[in-house]
Amino acid sequence: MAPAATPDQAVDVLTLEIGTEVFAIEATAVREILDLVPVTEVPGARPFVGGVINVRGRIVPLVDMRLRLAMPPAAPTADTRIIVLDIALEGEPTAVGILADRVNEVVQLDLGMLEEAPRLGLRWQPEFIRSVGMRSGRLVVLPDLERILT
Amino acid sequence: MSGSLPDPAETYRQEAAELLDMLEQSLLDLDHRPDDRDLVDTAFRALHTIKGSGAMFGFDSVAAFTHEFETAFDRVRAGLAPCSRALVAAALRARDHIRGLIEAPDATDPAVGDTILSALHAAVSDDAAAPAPALPPTAPESASASPRTWRICFRPGPDALVNGTNPLLMLEELRGLGRARVTALLDRVPPLDAIDPESCYLGWEVMLETAAPRSAIEEVFLFILDDAAVRIEPPSDDTAAQAEPGPAAAIAATPDLAEAEPPSVVPPLRPGRSDPDIGRVGGSLRVQAERLDALMDRVGELVICQARLHQLAGAGADPGLTAVAEEIGRLVSELRDTTMGIRMVPIGSLFTRFRRLLHDLSRDLGKPVELVTSGEETELDKTMIERMADPLVHLIRNAVDHGLEAPDAREAAGKPRAGGIRLVARHAGAEVLVTVADDGRGLDAERIRAKAVENGLIAADARLTEPEIHQLIFHPGFSTAREISAISGRGVGMDVVKRTIEALRGSIEVTSRPGHGTEVTLRLPLTLAIIEGLLVRVGRGIYAIPLSAVEECVELPPDEASRGGFSLLSIRGALVPFLRLRELLRTGTAPDPYQKVVIIAAGEHRVGLVVDQILGSHQTVIKSLSRLHADVKTFSGATILGDGTVALILDVAQLLEIGQAEEERGRAKLREAA
Repeated sequence: MAPAATPDQAVDVLTLEIGTEVFAIEATAVREILDLVPVTEVPGARPFVGGVINVRGRIVPLVDMRLRLAMPPAAPTADTRIIVLDIALEGEPTAVGILADRVNEVVQLDLGMLEEAPRLGLRWQPEFIRSVGMRSGRLVVLPDLERILT
Repeated sequence: MSGSLPDPAETYRQEAAELLDMLEQSLLDLDHRPDDRDLVDTAFRALHTIKGSGAMFGFDSVAAFTHEFETAFDRVRAGLAPCSRALVAAALRARDHIRGLIEAPDATDPAVGDTILSALHAAVSDDAAAPAPALPPTAPESASASPRTWRICFRPGPDALVNGTNPLLMLEELRGLGRARVTALLDRVPPLDAIDPESCYLGWEVMLETAAPRSAIEEVFLFILDDAAVRIEPPSDDTAAQAEPGPAAAIAATPDLAEAEPPSVVPPLRPGRSDPDIGRVGGSLRVQAERLDALMDRVGELVICQARLHQLAGAGADPGLTAVAEEIGRLVSELRDTTMGIRMVPIGSLFTRFRRLLHDLSRDLGKPVELVTSGEETELDKTMIERMADPLVHLIRNAVDHGLEAPDAREAAGKPRAGGIRLVARHAGAEVLVTVADDGRGLDAERIRAKAVENGLIAADARLTEPEIHQLIFHPGFSTAREISAISGRGVGMDVVKRTIEALRGSIEVTSRPGHGTEVTLRLPLTLAIIEGLLVRVGRGIYAIPLSAVEECVELPPDEASRGGFSLLSIRGALVPFLRLRELLRTGTAPDPYQKVVIIAAGEHRVGLVVDQILGSHQTVIKSLSRLHADVKTFSGATILGDGTVALILDVAQLLEIGQAEEERGRAKLREAA
């Protein structure tokens, strides 16, 4: 998932909220956004990928980033969505569902405004973050999904 | 060239691969029946087609080499040389060389080809005669026949060039048969502005003076499909014997009339002929495997959708809807069976591949081997057959290398010098059993044991039954070969075989009698895509168990229901360990008042699975779990239920293993307590 920079060095991202954080995921990786569907628990799986869902006949693992990023658990609300992404895991294209408390919008992020993850001041491991930026006065985090998931 | 057409070179490679297989089989058969004329003819036909189409598709090195090969082999066909073992051996090497030329032309060494050709020529030469010269394939026949003049009228269809036909090469091939006068027929060429540069408007008339028979001329046009018009008129002197009498014969006799009105309606050359090289065998059709896979996927989705419809119709009270749902259910299950049937391939196609392997093994190891196969007609899913090939190769190598004794040792033991290898396939319920058996020395239980102790796999004082000792050979890193040989000692052990078979949801069994041989049996499901499953509920979760592994379902005795931990259940006199799935899957729920036990079995092992409820059978379309769940061993995949939710499929082999481990621990505890 290298940022596909347009000539003016901007990239389309989908912004979403998990807990109090705003995340941005490259729009080209997003396949679809679903309302919450029934989740089948996978006993014995790592807690942050504890379930699978049916996405049009495909079995897709459901990732709860809260558990991976040491955020407090929360019950789903009417705004909860599942973002289905196509990403490469260890070189294999994989479909992954990600639970989000709220999906906001697709915006253009100026790549020049992005910075490396600060070593301090965040609650999770810095290698999970590709870069951070500011948008409308809020910190936007571009996560490194491959690292988070493996 | 239009994008929907397959790459002609790729088509040639596929066809050549089949022809090479055919050639190989014929050669191997000739090794045993050197006088069989049909085999010689089959081999010759394969060679000729490989050569002809090789030249046509630009595989010039293939064509040149095969031409020499064919020339040498033609002496056998003409009865001038015997089909000796030396010839078969050289021919097999030549066949491999052709394959190399087709698949990896840059990696083949022309010097190797030359060596093979000299061996071939030497094998067919008479005592004094020099190697056969590179004559056209029909040359030996010319000894008896004198040249005659044929009139050949040939009009490729308008799409001929698009389809990859090169008329020039065909004309060249005709010239190779004898003296030819070629006249182009230009009458159908449209005005310049109407010409489509990719269409073929030309026709040719060839007056060919040759001693070759009609069949040789027809072979030139083998690849012209129905859209081409070819007419071959015999020489005037034997028209009476041919089917085309009348004015044509007169024209044929008069070369000057070549410009005469060409026949407007000419029948296609032998339409519907059943040559494998045209890509259509009789009434069958060659389809890309991916298309079949895609079809199977769609059918899988349809089955899931139908289950949902069935559920909705069952919930409503509309009799019309129910009737339609039932009808669709019937059609879907028929469609599923038909689709799975299309993917079924007889295992014989795999067995024939092993004949060559055994031929080479036997030569390399100096052990004569008799191969007996049965059940070639047993059908299995195509993917299954492909994935089984490597494990079977390994088992066969093992059998010949380690199983069979050296000829002298066999004789001393009162056995025939030639070792026996049996390859047997048969159906057993929803499974296919494939057995590789040898009549060699059998497994040496003591040696396996010693080796396992040495490698730290078992304790020196472990008490193991014979089958348990046999199972040790499947342990990773276990190899009983005293010395590493080029044949089996390649670091790929029986553990890889076992893992491959288990990945196909199969299992593997070994039986052995010292001095009498070893038998390895692979049990495999018929198909990978859809299975019959038993749905059970454990806690709040619904799981599928492959029905083929289910032996029976019983009620959990009330005195066991309240207990936890390890227990044995008495099933008709035999004690079966059982696993409480609620504990294994950590459901955290209270047990149902009347729990059931599903007894699953594979081979000799049985284990009971305690579930809360048995829900019934289910057409289970198997979907794999993603990489993120690769660490979860309890499940072999997942399926989608009628309501659209996902149910996980329990991995029978894994549960049996857990069951056995539990049993070991449980028994150890009981012993300690005693």
